[in-house]
Amino acid sequence: MNQASVSLDAINLTKTYRRGSEEISAVHGASLKINKGDFVSCIGPSGSGKTTLVNLLGCLDNPTSGELFLGGRQIFSNNGHQLSEKRLTEIRREIFGYIFQNFYLIPTLTVIENVMLPLTFFRKPGTEQKVTGLLQLLGIEHRKDHLPGQISGGEMQRVAIARALVNEPEILVADEPTGNLDSKRSVEIVKILKDLSSNTGLTVIMVTHNLELARVADRLFEMRDGGISETTTLK
Amino acid sequence: MITNFEVAYKNLLRKRVRSLLTIVGIALSAWVLVSLLGFNKGYEAALNKDIDNMGFSLMIMAKGCPYEAATMMLKGGTGLKYMKESIMTDLAKEPDVEKITPILMSAVFDPNKGESGGIAGYFGVEPKSYSEMKTYLTFRQGGWFIDPKAFEVVMGYEAAELEQREVGDMILMPEKNVKFKVVGILNRTGTQDDGTIFAPLKTLQTIFKKPDEITTIGIKVKKSADSTSLEARLYQLPDVQIVSLQQVKDTIMKLISTAKVMVLSIAIIAILIAMVGVVNTILTSVWERMQEIGILKTIGAMPWDIFKLIWTETLILCTTGGVLGVIFALILARVTDILIRSILPYAPGGGLVLIDTKLVLITLAAILCIGLLSGIYPAWRAGRIRPLEAIRSEVNA
Repeated sequence: MNQASVSLDAINLTKTYRRGSEEISAVHGASLKINKGDFVSCIGPSGSGKTTLVNLLGCLDNPTSGELFLGGRQIFSNNGHQLSEKRLTEIRREIFGYIFQNFYLIPTLTVIENVMLPLTFFRKPGTEQKVTGLLQLLGIEHRKDHLPGQISGGEMQRVAIARALVNEPEILVADEPTGNLDSKRSVEIVKILKDLSSNTGLTVIMVTHNLELARVADRLFEMRDGGISETTTLK
Repeated sequence: MITNFEVAYKNLLRKRVRSLLTIVGIALSAWVLVSLLGFNKGYEAALNKDIDNMGFSLMIMAKGCPYEAATMMLKGGTGLKYMKESIMTDLAKEPDVEKITPILMSAVFDPNKGESGGIAGYFGVEPKSYSEMKTYLTFRQGGWFIDPKAFEVVMGYEAAELEQREVGDMILMPEKNVKFKVVGILNRTGTQDDGTIFAPLKTLQTIFKKPDEITTIGIKVKKSADSTSLEARLYQLPDVQIVSLQQVKDTIMKLISTAKVMVLSIAIIAILIAMVGVVNTILTSVWERMQEIGILKTIGAMPWDIFKLIWTETLILCTTGGVLGVIFALILARVTDILIRSILPYAPGGGLVLIDTKLVLITLAAILCIGLLSGIYPAWRAGRIRPLEAIRSEVNA
């Protein structure tokens, strides 16, 4: 991973949507600080704003107001300026990796081709040579020539993790990564994320409904009605 | 590393039938396009060859319908007018005339020709002057008749093939019940001479009771001659009509231009339909993969990367379809030839559809341009998909 010290500092992040004449505040006044190598989880009931918050932290969307700093560099400011999709993509591919509840693997590409897909669009120096090591680390090297339809759900999520890590991100955003898996596979996936955080210094932000899984993290943010209601340090 | 092309190619494999049908649509329009362009080129070349191979640039015939006679020269026909052979003497004195040859065209109905009978064309000619004008005529078997009053014939290549005749065989002229001995069979020329039966001029004049009468005089003009003033002088001869073969060629080309416009319109419609098919296929594929495209953007793809990916898919479809269409056109050129012949009022000998490398490259370039244009909108739409929209569409799904 990149050795530059990256921390995430969000100050008063707010996101409001308009639905007809109604204004919906999905996130309001969310402030948090995540240090490099932290594994934080975000829990909360449906509609509490956890996914919206993670989308803002992961630069998938512009906030309505508030500030965001990544590694000391200001990304969002309070001046009302919205970053373009192109600029957001530049930030995302430099800093973030993402995994989702659905794996979004391309069914006609093999496991290794799916993992290497991000390199078609953007490649940090030397990453290509590390793909095999990544597959070994995630225990899917023996599946590299299989198509996604030929492997299990747990393995598919491992492939998605490998794809998210291939460009050596500094922060991994995992939105309900175990939502489509059984409890055994869910524990395995969260353990992988925990190990990555502990062993490689990868910062992990995980959204989950499952409190038991969320407790594996170093810190836990609980969302309620668009705001962070409680922060628990577990480490 | 996996390339943009590999990703695009494998994406198309996901809906094989849909991709295949789109390719077939493009291939059909490419086939129509290349065949049409080939026809434009081939027809004119074949007509030029036919007329140039007649060996003369002017024809004199009795007043009547000159085009009927000209068509008879090319294809066969009836209702001919006759003129006195003595006109030849006046023509021989003309300083701008290099060579002349008399022809008596005659036609008989042959009940055994084709499914319901057809016209068999007999040309009464003088071998010496006729062969001097048509220097490309060579014999597969035998040679010209010697005796000017003999009951002998020389058969064109196709006429001999059709009748299954060899030198030494006899043939019967229908209607007149006259037997001729085959003394020569010509090699294939690719002109209407292939379907003609040649007999001595005097013999045919006797059989058709037209002593000293002919239908046509072929004239080869000297290279240094002023054709316009020569034609004006020839019009002074009594009761004759002058037909310039260039004039015939121009008239036929004008008639054919209508057919060309029709076929071109069909080709343009076919191409437009294929274009809409391509846009529909790619756009549907983009909507179906909206979430996936959004995810590609989260893993580092810029809008331009997505645009290139979708555009590449369009180009693969169009290039494959275009190449297949050209291959169809090359393989089925003969079938196209037969189809076109069946709808044209007059078709010259030889291939009507002429497909060469330049034409193939032009067609492929045209199909490629169409592909590039067709791909712009779906690729642009795909490039504009935002990752968050993709994730939300998943939530809403």
